[in-house]
Amino acid sequence: MHAFDYATPESVADAVVMLSDHGKNACVLAGGTDLIVQLRENRRRTDLVVDVKKIAELNALSYDAATGLTIGAAVPCYRIYGDAEIAAAYPGLMDAARLVGGTGIQGRASLGGNLCNASPAGDTIPPMIVLSGEAEIAGPNGTRKVAVEDFCTAPGRTVLEDGEFLVSLHFPAPLANSGAFYRRFIPRNEMDIAVVGVGASVVLSGDRSSFVSARIAVGAVAPTPLFVREAGEALAGQPVSDETIRRAADLARDAARPISDMRGTAEYRKHLTSVLTRRVVEGAVQRAKE
Amino acid sequence: MADRHDEARPDESTHSEIKPGTRFTRRGFLKGAGAGAVTAAVAPAILVSEAGTAAAQETEGVMSATISLDVNGSTHNALVEARTTLADALRDRLEITGPKVVCDKGECGACTVELDGKLVFSCMTLAMDAQGRKIETVEGMADGDSLHPLQEAFVEKDALMCGFCTPGFLMSSKSLLDANDNPTPEEVREGLSGNICRCGTYPHVFEAVMSAAEKMRKGG
Ligand SMILES: Cc1cc2nc3c(=O)[nH]c(=O)nc-3n(C[C@H](O)[C@H](O)[C@H](O)COP(=O)(O)OP(=O)(O)OC[C@H]3O[C@@H](n4cnc5c(N)ncnc54)[C@H](O)[C@@H]3O)c2cc1C
Ligand code: FES
Ligand code: FES
Repeated sequence: MHAFDYATPESVADAVVMLSDHGKNACVLAGGTDLIVQLRENRRRTDLVVDVKKIAELNALSYDAATGLTIGAAVPCYRIYGDAEIAAAYPGLMDAARLVGGTGIQGRASLGGNLCNASPAGDTIPPMIVLSGEAEIAGPNGTRKVAVEDFCTAPGRTVLEDGEFLVSLHFPAPLANSGAFYRRFIPRNEMDIAVVGVGASVVLSGDRSSFVSARIAVGAVAPTPLFVREAGEALAGQPVSDETIRRAADLARDAARPISDMRGTAEYRKHLTSVLTRRVVEGAVQRAKE
Repeated sequence: MADRHDEARPDESTHSEIKPGTRFTRRGFLKGAGAGAVTAAVAPAILVSEAGTAAAQETEGVMSATISLDVNGSTHNALVEARTTLADALRDRLEITGPKVVCDKGECGACTVELDGKLVFSCMTLAMDAQGRKIETVEGMADGDSLHPLQEAFVEKDALMCGFCTPGFLMSSKSLLDANDNPTPEEVREGLSGNICRCGTYPHVFEAVMSAAEKMRKGG
C-alpha cells in the first residue's frame, strides 16, 4: 500500500474542507472493506484518507413510524439488522444487509460504502432503490439530495463531485399493505458476488388482490444497479397473479444489459433476471400480506 | 487477482514534490523534510495527547504517529504509518502474532479480531482507526493456563491440521457463542462463513463449536 495521510474530522464541515482542499487526491473511509483492498492492490491511490466515522451524522440511526428511517452513511450492517424495530419495518433492506460478506465484514461494512463504491453488484443498492431511498450529500455548496436510483453513474462512479461526500440515507416509512424483498443468485451459499440480484417493493390494495404500485431494481446486469421503472409500473393497478408478475419479470429481463464473465454468460444472466424477479415479487407480495 | 509482490514493494510516494500554487500543507512539509526524519522528530511529541490517542483530527491528517492500542485489556504504544493495518501493527510492532495474515484482503478470516466486541478483519482495518477501541485477539481467550472451552474443544475434536486458520476460527466462534449460546449447526456454518481453512478441517471445527457451546451452557 502506498503512503497516505489519515484524518478523522469530527464534523461534516471539517470533512468538506479536507475533501475540497484535496479534490481527487482524497478519499473517504467508512468501514474500509472495499477501500483498503483497492488501496492495497494499487487499484487506487490517494494522498489523504478521510475517516468519517467520528462524525455524528454519519453514525446516526433512527426510525420513526411517521417520518421513516435515517441511516448514517458509515453505520455498519450489524447495527442496522441488530435493531429489532428497524429490522421489522424494512425486511427487504435486511435481506441485503445480512448477506454482505460474513460477520467479519458486517461488523464494519456500511450501506453508504456499498453505495459509494458503486459496484454494479452492490447488494444493498437494489433494495435501497425500491424502498425509494434518498442520499443526502454534503459539499462545498451545502447539502443536496439525490435519489438512490440516480446515484451510481458507471462502475465505481457516482454523482459525487470533488469535495462532496455522502452523509446519510433516508427511507420513507413503509405504507400499509406494503412489502419488499431482495435476493441474489450466487453459486455458493455465502461470501460471493451476485451473478444477478433483484429487489422489489410492492403496495397492495386493501383486500390484497391487486397491486397499487411496485418498484423493481436489478443488480449485476448493467454498468450500474438498474431501476426498472417500467417493470413496476406494469404491475400498478393489476391483479396479483402469476401472469401479471411474469409480465413484470419479462420487462426486468428486457431491461437487463448484462456482460458475460466467469460468473455467467449474458444469456444466463438474462434468464436469471426473469426467474429471480418473479420470485422476488412473490416474496414482496407475501410480506405485504403478513 | 493482483500480483501480491507489488503490494510489498516499498512506497515511492516520497518522491512527489509540492506543486507550485498548492497550499503549503502539513503533508507537503512532512514530505519536504523527509518522512523518516519527521516521524522520529515530530510524531511522539505532538501526536500523542494526554489520553494517549493520536490527535489525527488536525485538518491535514497525519502520515505516521505513535498511537496507543488497547489489546486484551492492556495498553500498548506503537509507531505506525497511516497505511499500517491493525494486523501489521499487532504482529510486527507489538509482536501479538495470534492474528495471521494470509490473504491480506478480507477473504480468509485468518486475521480476525474483535474491535469493541465486534468481529473485524484486522487486515482491512487501519491501525489508527483502532485507537480508543477495545481490541481482543486470540491471545486474550485463555485465562492464564486454563484454556477457553472453545480452545479445549478444538483440541479435543482435532479441529486443526496446520493450525494457521485456527486463531481466526476461534475468534469467530467466540463471537458467535457470545451472541448465541445455543446455535444450530446451520448457524455455526453461517457464523464461520468468513473463515477459510485450506486444510479442510471444517467438519471438526463445526463439531468443536457445537460441543463447546453445550459445555458452556452447562456452565463448564
Ligand atoms: C470478503 C468480502 C465480502 C464481501 N461481500 C460483499 C457482498 O456479499 N455484497 C456486497 O455488496 N459487497 C460485498 N463486499 C464489498 C464491501 O464489503 C461492501 O461494498 C461494503 O458495503 C462497503 O462498505 P464500507 O463501509 O466498508 O466502505 P469503504 O470500503 O469504507 O468505502 C467504499 C467506497 O465508498 C467510498 N465511501 C465510503 N463512504 C463514503 C461516504 N460517506 N461518502 C463518499 N464516499 C464514501 C470510499 O471512498 C470507497 O470508494 C465484500 C467485501 C469483502 C472484502
Ligand atoms: S488475512 Fe485478513 S482476511 Fe485474510
Ligand atoms: S488447519 Fe490448516 S488452514 Fe485450517
